[in-house]
Amino acid sequence: MVIGVLALQGDFREHADMMRSLGAEVRLVRLPEEVDSVDGLIVPGGESTTMGKLMVKYGVDRAIVDRFNAGRLAIYGTCAGMIVLARDIEGCEVQPHLGLLDVTVQRNAFGRQKESSEEDLEVEGLDTPLHALFIRAPVIVRTGPSVEVLARVAQGPVYVQQGRLLASSFHPELGSDTRVHEHFLRLAEQNSNQEV
Amino acid sequence: MTEIGTTRIKRGLAEMFKGGVIMDVTTVDQAKIAEEAGAVSVMALERIPADIRKEGGVARAADPGLVEQIMDAVSIPVMAKVRIGHIAEARILEYMGVDFIDESEVLTPADVKYHIDKWQFKIPFVCGARNLGEALRRIGEGAAMIRTKGEPGTGDVSEAVTHMRAVMNEVRKVQSMLEDELVVEAKDLGVNVELLREVRVLGRLPVVNFAAGGIATPADAALMMTLGADGVFVGSGIFKSSDPLPRAKAIVAATTYWEDPKVLFEVSRGLKEGMPGIDARTLVELDKMQVRDS
Repeated sequence: MVIGVLALQGDFREHADMMRSLGAEVRLVRLPEEVDSVDGLIVPGGESTTMGKLMVKYGVDRAIVDRFNAGRLAIYGTCAGMIVLARDIEGCEVQPHLGLLDVTVQRNAFGRQKESSEEDLEVEGLDTPLHALFIRAPVIVRTGPSVEVLARVAQGPVYVQQGRLLASSFHPELGSDTRVHEHFLRLAEQNSNQEV
Repeated sequence: MTEIGTTRIKRGLAEMFKGGVIMDVTTVDQAKIAEEAGAVSVMALERIPADIRKEGGVARAADPGLVEQIMDAVSIPVMAKVRIGHIAEARILEYMGVDFIDESEVLTPADVKYHIDKWQFKIPFVCGARNLGEALRRIGEGAAMIRTKGEPGTGDVSEAVTHMRAVMNEVRKVQSMLEDELVVEAKDLGVNVELLREVRVLGRLPVVNFAAGGIATPADAALMMTLGADGVFVGSGIFKSSDPLPRAKAIVAATTYWEDPKVLFEVSRGLKEGMPGIDARTLVELDKMQVRDS
């Protein structure tokens, strides 16, 4: 079981550190061939436009989609990572993205940085609230039938799952609460066991 | 309860810039080119450092109208510069909702003694530093991000290298210090001992640390990443070059693939002429922007 963290841009170090603290073997992914050796992939927070462009330029997007469609990859996207995973981005038809998660996201849904915030969030399946950091965060404005909403705020869903795909508008990797990462690790493990 | 403008939220935005390039822009068109090239943020200003250096006079914060136009034109975060100590320029930018403020030695300082008390603001600040003491003093004043000063507007990367090496070297020294040595070091540097303890535990600054000041080529960006920068600012290097878009794209790729010589070769090949440069060693003390504060 190997967890890859897409390291094109953004806070990939924090995701890698948190995954290692949970005992996972972690590899940074920057090139298409590096996608083939991982069972789970985290698309970190950062700038979705930057990540999208680099992904396309170096062919990492195709490698991710192919491995996912072959049933060999679970993916978790945070913030920019959620945008990169989404099928549709509101008002941005041209922005490169993976289009795997059947949702429409609205970028910068809370506004600019001065509207960025932190709050305690009730999450489906967790006994106690999760402290969530929203930084120029996106919100989901449409969910497809196979998408399960795990948490929402007034503006809309902010934490969703669709089979082996997980996405959050907020950044658990910037805090010390590892429950979202544990959940993703279980998803990746289940998926990797099913292959055998 | 929802909280805004917390230290974690401010430092968190800087974390999102890591591995990325922040580009100086002076027009809406340049901002769009920067976004198209894959910049993680743009710095909106009226004159880029090379022109400030050439034209002289007092350099102030940009016309808020220009900053506003740039904010409307791009979806990525927008930064803008204020003069050191200019609380009112910063309040205007905060009111407008600029995403990050650079309290910058590139502009003519408004206060020769005091920096802005950045804890009072809901939006994050970045400040320049030449060494660990300057970096930690700025963080102590509330900066959520640090960048090297380098020597802006020269296209000469040597000063940025000196500053990045100085910070990294001092961090390594702090890591090996005993508690009694650390207390004296904090006193010598004029910094909070708690901050210095944090550096000792982390083995780095407690905030994101970018390189800035003289970066002009993809290889310059890769060099700064190799020396431990979290990302790079490019001021005059892009829009003072003869063909900005390909150069901007190449610098973005080089900042991600700084460890990969094959990519660096490919993106560096065939770029048209870079910005005209100034050897930083030929500058007299009065012309150096990096010595405007400490």
